[in-house]
Amino acid sequence: MSHTTMNLNLKVWRQKNTKTAGAFQMYRVENISDEMSFLEMMDILNEQLITTGGEPVAFDHDCREGICGMCSMYINGKPHGPWQANTTCQLHMRAFKDNDTIVIEPWRANAFPVIKDLTVDRSAFDRIIQAGGYISVNTGNAVDGNSLPIEKSKADESFAAAMCIGCGACVAACKNSSAMLFLSAKVSHLALLPQGGPERKTRVTNMVAQLDKEGFGACTNTGACEAACPKEISIANIARLNKEYIVAGLTAE
Amino acid sequence: MTFKQMFTSSVGKKLVMGFTGIFLILFLIVHAGLNATIFANDGGLMFNKAGHFMGSNAVPRILEIGLFLGIFLHIYQGYLLTLENKSKRAVGYAVNYDKGSKWYSRSMAILGTLILLFLIAHIYHFWTPSRLGGMGGIKALGEVEHNGVILHNLYAEMDLVFTNPYIVVLYVLACGSLGYHLAHGFQSAFKTIGVHNKKYHAMLTSLGYGFAIFIPLLFASMPISFYFDWIK
Repeated sequence: MSHTTMNLNLKVWRQKNTKTAGAFQMYRVENISDEMSFLEMMDILNEQLITTGGEPVAFDHDCREGICGMCSMYINGKPHGPWQANTTCQLHMRAFKDNDTIVIEPWRANAFPVIKDLTVDRSAFDRIIQAGGYISVNTGNAVDGNSLPIEKSKADESFAAAMCIGCGACVAACKNSSAMLFLSAKVSHLALLPQGGPERKTRVTNMVAQLDKEGFGACTNTGACEAACPKEISIANIARLNKEYIVAGLTAE
Repeated sequence: MTFKQMFTSSVGKKLVMGFTGIFLILFLIVHAGLNATIFANDGGLMFNKAGHFMGSNAVPRILEIGLFLGIFLHIYQGYLLTLENKSKRAVGYAVNYDKGSKWYSRSMAILGTLILLFLIAHIYHFWTPSRLGGMGGIKALGEVEHNGVILHNLYAEMDLVFTNPYIVVLYVLACGSLGYHLAHGFQSAFKTIGVHNKKYHAMLTSLGYGFAIFIPLLFASMPISFYFDWIK
């Protein structure tokens, strides 16, 4: 495969901290290899800024393997950029052409306040998990795995929901800043397994209450979350969450 | 979880939208079905008899109260949710994400507002003269007698109202808004009330598109048929 390089114009959101207002800033990067990942391109921009005495652009990243959910960035009007089922770190520069202008914004939602530049505070997700996204296990001997029969199809569905890396792309993509795809994935992966059974009513009740407290919007089933999700979490999980919620509401004490 | 909590949380508000939406879908079936009797080509006799039944029998009159309540709740909650959801993103995007969802699924409030504006005109055209005709300055409907029973001549009223081409265009456009509102609303309502079984979900989605095309077309055919004198 031929190797090409490109020069790009970057329109990057710069914001000093949560309290100050931000603005877009234009940058030019040159000789960018099409084999680079998007974050490597950002690294080059930052090297350039550091050597010229500028302030590097703050952005979240960790594993750079597409599995941790740290990288964010809303690129040219889509969370994690133009590719489907992909994270920003796994987005390669061959997705762009020479002299393209790329608009880079942070996730935008009141529940995800900007910490600096492209870095947002996603601890709201942690608090939602803390409200019920777990199974209480009594200590003692580990139970033999085979003593809990689970249908293969249910196990697969549960695993597909558990694929959620909590990156927040669903919130960023949603016109309502709704975190329902995230919440539904967390509720579904436990609701589908027998281990999640005993706490299913309190789980969904408490997690929805925490979600509302964090200031996310309500779901209108537009499907933007599913289309933007790097792990292709199905929107059918939201319908399952709704069912869990109705059952809890009708039958809880 | 208390019932109050159940219907006022972010999921609960959507439940109200879903349940009232499905109730209104059922109403549309009844309304379109009754109105379709104009196509009997009997000078509106069957239609006027149907109208008389709806106006004089206790069951539809009680359901009518439920209908107004349902419409009010759907509209009130819809606007409340739209405003709340909008307020969750204080700083907007420079480039919006519009590829992942259908335009009409993002425009339910606007489509709903267009339907509401139509509804006001529609109630003024038919409901007010039929129910409140003769009170104060409200013009009463003409009457016809059939087997000794006096019926409101709603058929003649339709014939009269739909001689105005602007009203015909307004009604047809409103049917378009209703179609798109239903194209998203029908399947979304069932998702909201928890239908996640893949088989039923696929069925309801296709049924929803069919409903969103058929019902508005049937409604739109009525003013058009009167305007062009296709029914006798």
